[in-house]
Amino acid sequence: MNERPILLVEDNADDLELTTLALAEANITNPVVVATNGVEALDYLLGTGAHAGRDAAEQPVVVLLDIKLPLLSGIDVLRRMREDERTRRTPVVMLTSSKEQVDIAATYDLGANSYVQKPVDFENFVVAARQLGLYWTVLNQPAEGVPPRTGSPR
Amino acid sequence: MRGFGGLTIRRKLTSISMLSSMTALVSASIVFLAYDARTFRERMAARLATEGEIISFNSVTPLLFHDGEAATKTLGGLQAETAVRAAAIFPPGGDEPLATYTRDPAAGAALAAPRGTPRSAALFEADRLTVLQPVQFEGRSIGTVVITADLRELRARQRRYGGIVLVVLAASFLLAMGLSRTVERTISGPLLELAVVANRVSMGKDYSVRASGEGKDEMGVLVTTFNQMLDQIQKQTLELEQARSELERRVDARTRELATANKELEAFSYSVSHDLRAPLRAIDGFSKVLLVNYGAALDDRGRHFLDRVRAATRRMSELIDDLLGLARVGRKDLVRREVDVSALAGRVAAELARRDAHRAVRVEITDGLCAHADPQLLTIVLENLMGNAWKFTGKVPAACIEVSQDRNGARGAFYVRDNGAGFDMAYADKLFGAFQRLHLDSDFEGTGIGLVTVQRIVTRHGGQVWAEGAVGKGATFYFTLEPKA
Repeated sequence: MNERPILLVEDNADDLELTTLALAEANITNPVVVATNGVEALDYLLGTGAHAGRDAAEQPVVVLLDIKLPLLSGIDVLRRMREDERTRRTPVVMLTSSKEQVDIAATYDLGANSYVQKPVDFENFVVAARQLGLYWTVLNQPAEGVPPRTGSPR
Repeated sequence: MRGFGGLTIRRKLTSISMLSSMTALVSASIVFLAYDARTFRERMAARLATEGEIISFNSVTPLLFHDGEAATKTLGGLQAETAVRAAAIFPPGGDEPLATYTRDPAAGAALAAPRGTPRSAALFEADRLTVLQPVQFEGRSIGTVVITADLRELRARQRRYGGIVLVVLAASFLLAMGLSRTVERTISGPLLELAVVANRVSMGKDYSVRASGEGKDEMGVLVTTFNQMLDQIQKQTLELEQARSELERRVDARTRELATANKELEAFSYSVSHDLRAPLRAIDGFSKVLLVNYGAALDDRGRHFLDRVRAATRRMSELIDDLLGLARVGRKDLVRREVDVSALAGRVAAELARRDAHRAVRVEITDGLCAHADPQLLTIVLENLMGNAWKFTGKVPAACIEVSQDRNGARGAFYVRDNGAGFDMAYADKLFGAFQRLHLDSDFEGTGIGLVTVQRIVTRHGGQVWAEGAVGKGATFYFTLEPKA
C-alpha cells in the first residue's frame, strides 16, 4: 500500500467532513491533506506560499479536486497542474456535485484522470470513496523515477 | 396595314398623318384630273361643233350645185385646227362624199357616211371625236358635215397634268413627312421619356426619378399621374423600409435579450447543479452517521424520522436531477439524424430490465422503426415513456409494453403502450404539466418532470405528444417528431 497522502481540495465544510468520514468508513489509511481553496491546493502541490519549503517532488497519491472553489476554480487548478512539469503526472480525480457535460468535457480535455459525481446518498458516497481509495492507493501505479520531460503535455 | 400594331408609336403617328394627308391630296388630284378631262372634251366638242356649223353654212351652195372644188375649199379652213384629222361633206343619203379633207392621208379611209336622219352630234370614241353637223337649206337637210378630231391633245394634257400632280404629290409627301415628324415629336417625345423613366424605375428600383413634361393635355395628365404614382410608391417603399428596419431592430433587441436570458438561465442551472446538491448530501450523510453511530441512543420512532429525512433528501436529489435534465433538453442543439428507433427502444428496454431484474415484463418492439430526429433527445423520450410504462405496469401480473408506430394514422405517430395502471382521460391535460402527477408517490414514485421533458423534446422537433388511457386498462403515449405536413 502506498502511504503517500491524499490531497482533498474542498471548500464546503460539510462535504469535507463527509468525505473524510467516507474515506475512514472505507478504511483508507493514507493521510488526508486538506486544501479549502484552489490557491492553497497549488501552494501545497508546488511547495509555495503557505507550503514554501515543501518538496514538490513528493506528490500526493491522488488529488480529489472539487470544481467550484473560491479564488481559483478546480478547472484552473487542474490547468496549472498540467502546465507544471512537477505536477503533470499527478493523478487528479474530479470529485464534484454536478455532472454538467461542459465540466466533464473541459476537465478531461485538461488531462483529468477521472470524473466522479459525489452521490447525495451517503451509502453510495461511502461506496464511491472506498472504490476511489482502493483504486488510487493500491491498484493504480504512479509514474516514478523518470525525470519529467519539458514542454506542454499536448 | 399588316403589322401596324408592331410599329413604334413614332412610326404610327407619322403613318397616320401621312396616310390622311396623302389620301386627301390624291383624291383631290383625281377629281381635278377628271374634271379637267371632262371640261377639255366639252370645249373641244363645242369648238368642233362651231367649226362644223361654219362649214355647214358655207357648204350650202357647193352642195346645191355639187361643186366639189368649192366644198373642198371650205373644208380647207380646218387647216388651222390641228386636232382635226379628217373631214368630209356628204350629200343626203350618199355614201360618196362631195368633198374630203385629210391632215394625214392615212386617216382618210376612216370616215364613213352618216346613217339615218341627219342631226348634229358629237361622238367620243377611244381616241377620237367625231362631230356630225347637218347642212340645212330652207328647212330641209341637204347634206352632212363630218369632222373627226383625235384626242392626242387631251392625252398629252392629261400626261402633263398627271406629271404635275405626281411632282406635287411627291413634294407634299416630303413636306408632310417633315411636318408630321416634327409634330409627332410633341406626342411621342413625352411618351418615350415616360417609357425610359418607367424602365429605370422597373430595372433600377429607383423611385426617386420623375418624368418631365407635365401639362394640361392628355399627355401631360398622364405624366402628372405617373409622377404621382411614383410619389406614392416611393413613400410606401420608404415606409416599408422603415418598418422593416424597425422590425429588424426589434428582432435584434429581442435576440440579445433572449441570449442574455439564456445565458442567465445557463448560469443558474449550472449553479443549481453544483450548489443545491451539497446541502442535501450533508443532510443525508450526517443523518446516516447519526443513525449508525448514535442509533442506539434513539428509539424506533427517532430512527424512523431520520429515515424519512433521508428519503426526502433522495427525492430532492432526484427532483434536482430531473429539473436539470429538463433545462438541458431545452438548451441542447437539435441535431437530426436518421435514427433506428427499434434498436434504440431495444437498448432502453434492456437497461430497464437490467436495473429491475426481478420483474418479468414482455416488451414488444416493432422492427424497422425509423425517425429523423436528434438521437440523444429521442433516447430521453423513450427512456421516459418506456420507464413510465415499466413503472405503471408494476402491479399487473402479465406486464406488457409495446413500442410501435401508427402507420395507418395520418401523422405516422410513434407510440408506447402498456397494460398498466392507466389514467382517467378527464385528467389527460394534466399529464404534461410540470410536477403534475396522477398517482400517489406511495403507489408509483416519480417527480412529475419526465413527461414535461418528453413534451419539450417533441415540441422542439416540431411534433406533438398526446395520450390515451383508462383507469386500470393501461395507457398509450403517442408522439410525432415532424411538423404537420
